[in-house]
Amino acid sequence: MRADFVDLAYLISAIGFALSLKWMTAVVTARRGILAGEIAFAIAIIATLVNPAFTGTGWFLIVLALALGTLIGIPLGLRVPMTAMPERIALSHAFGALAVGLVGLAHYFLTYHTIGRFGLAVLGIEITLGCLVFTGSLMASGKLHEMLPQRPIVFPGQNYLNFSVLGLAVAIIIVLMFRPETTWLVPILVVLGLAFGVLLIIPIGGADMPTVIALLNSYAGLSASALGFVLDNKLLIVAGALDGASGLILAIIMCRAMNRSFRNVLFGAFGQLDESVVGSSEHGEVRSASPDEAAEIMKMARSVVIVPGYGMAVAQAQHKVRELADALEKEGVDVRYAIHPVAGRMPGHMNVLLAEANVPYDKLLDMDEINSDFPQVDVVLVLGANDVVNPAARHEKSSPIYGMPILNVDQAQCVFVVKRSMRAGFAGIENELFYNPKTLMVFGDAKAVVSELALEVSGQRDALSH
Amino acid sequence: MTTNEIISSLFVFALAGFLGLELIRKVPKLLHTPLMALTNALSAIALVGSLVILGENQTTYSTILGFVAVVASTINVVGGFLITDKMLRMFRRAPARPAAPPSDEVKP
Repeated sequence: MRADFVDLAYLISAIGFALSLKWMTAVVTARRGILAGEIAFAIAIIATLVNPAFTGTGWFLIVLALALGTLIGIPLGLRVPMTAMPERIALSHAFGALAVGLVGLAHYFLTYHTIGRFGLAVLGIEITLGCLVFTGSLMASGKLHEMLPQRPIVFPGQNYLNFSVLGLAVAIIIVLMFRPETTWLVPILVVLGLAFGVLLIIPIGGADMPTVIALLNSYAGLSASALGFVLDNKLLIVAGALDGASGLILAIIMCRAMNRSFRNVLFGAFGQLDESVVGSSEHGEVRSASPDEAAEIMKMARSVVIVPGYGMAVAQAQHKVRELADALEKEGVDVRYAIHPVAGRMPGHMNVLLAEANVPYDKLLDMDEINSDFPQVDVVLVLGANDVVNPAARHEKSSPIYGMPILNVDQAQCVFVVKRSMRAGFAGIENELFYNPKTLMVFGDAKAVVSELALEVSGQRDALSH
Repeated sequence: MTTNEIISSLFVFALAGFLGLELIRKVPKLLHTPLMALTNALSAIALVGSLVILGENQTTYSTILGFVAVVASTINVVGGFLITDKMLRMFRRAPARPAAPPSDEVKP
């Protein structure tokens, strides 16, 4: 009877989760989605806690653990700068996977003699998955936080080593299925899972982190789902499947935006390019402009599109960018933003960074939305973006970024590129755009240049000098 | 765990997976970061599993594992929902465009 009530409560929660994601499909309903998720969560927790099998000590520890988790969770939720969001999300994948792995382990030792062969197999997979997502996410978070080296670490026989570790884990799971009493194998399985998580991430370079975070998100969801199989808890299965699907879609979008395959991201070690192939030698002349010349031209324009890259966020220039946009709009110029899917360091990151600087979200346009508009745009301002505006991706078959979808900024009437120097970008690829006769380079630090542009356009510079 | 239970679990998993793919495909790129934070909070529902292990307090070993698991999941639930809300509150529309200021220079 009680079990039926609990299942009913879980069913209502599962519907709440689905509604929560449904409302996430539009900005105006998104916060309602959070509320639906929170209510669904509360229902599931209350239904779980009404349990006569809980002991007094159990209750005490539950209250203690919930309080402790809340105390740690609040600052982790409220005090995170938006630039640090990718490593924060990676860290929460690690926490989620840790919980899943530990519950799986506890469940194994409590029930290994009764759950049967299939149960043991699912448990084994669940524990391995939890462990590998735990260390994998910690590694990803460390790389994003720049505590670990960004560059990919590769060594001969790497893939053989990875597959042997995985094969050994599978072998142990099979032994456990038939000899559940060999519990000493379980710690070895845990170590293999943890090691595989580390091995999986070290050959992946910093530039591929957006895909990897999304993929880890998917794995974290799958491990929660696997726990649902083990506990025969349908709510966990649903929540994990939704999370897994979400991570998978985001990872596919990221891969497409870089014209890469999963195989290539996971085993390809991008950023280790053969320097001799990169960059043709015959390029034209580079023309440059001073910030006040650029400001004059932008003021005269009808339409300006700003193309932000992660470099803008690193320079903390997003607030100055908004000031520039405000000043231009006062002059009657239409200002929009063109966002490439991999402009930030995780899916949708650039939108959040600009929203934080009070840029209205209806000005933030997706690559697909804005690309056909570029021929009608008077001025494009490229800020800290490089590969995503390189026309070589369209025609230069020898270029490593050939085939990657790009923002067609070279079709605009005039392009300003703000850059410190002519040094090649992250992947070391020469950018054709800089040699385009329509392009004017504005050399300097992104934040300093944009502040100056904003002052020029608003006329405050003149007011100060008079 | 019987084969029957596994099949019915697979049933739920497959359908929920399809539902997820269909729903998430409609989420605009604009909201992908908040989406990740939200799905993170939702998958922390593994909390219900850890609560049972901790509350039943069967062995010292399982209780310790359960305790750490409850703390880790709670961090994700509380932090995840707060972070999603914080991000979504930043998204605002442009105010209705005021009439362009009178200007006598002719735009090119």
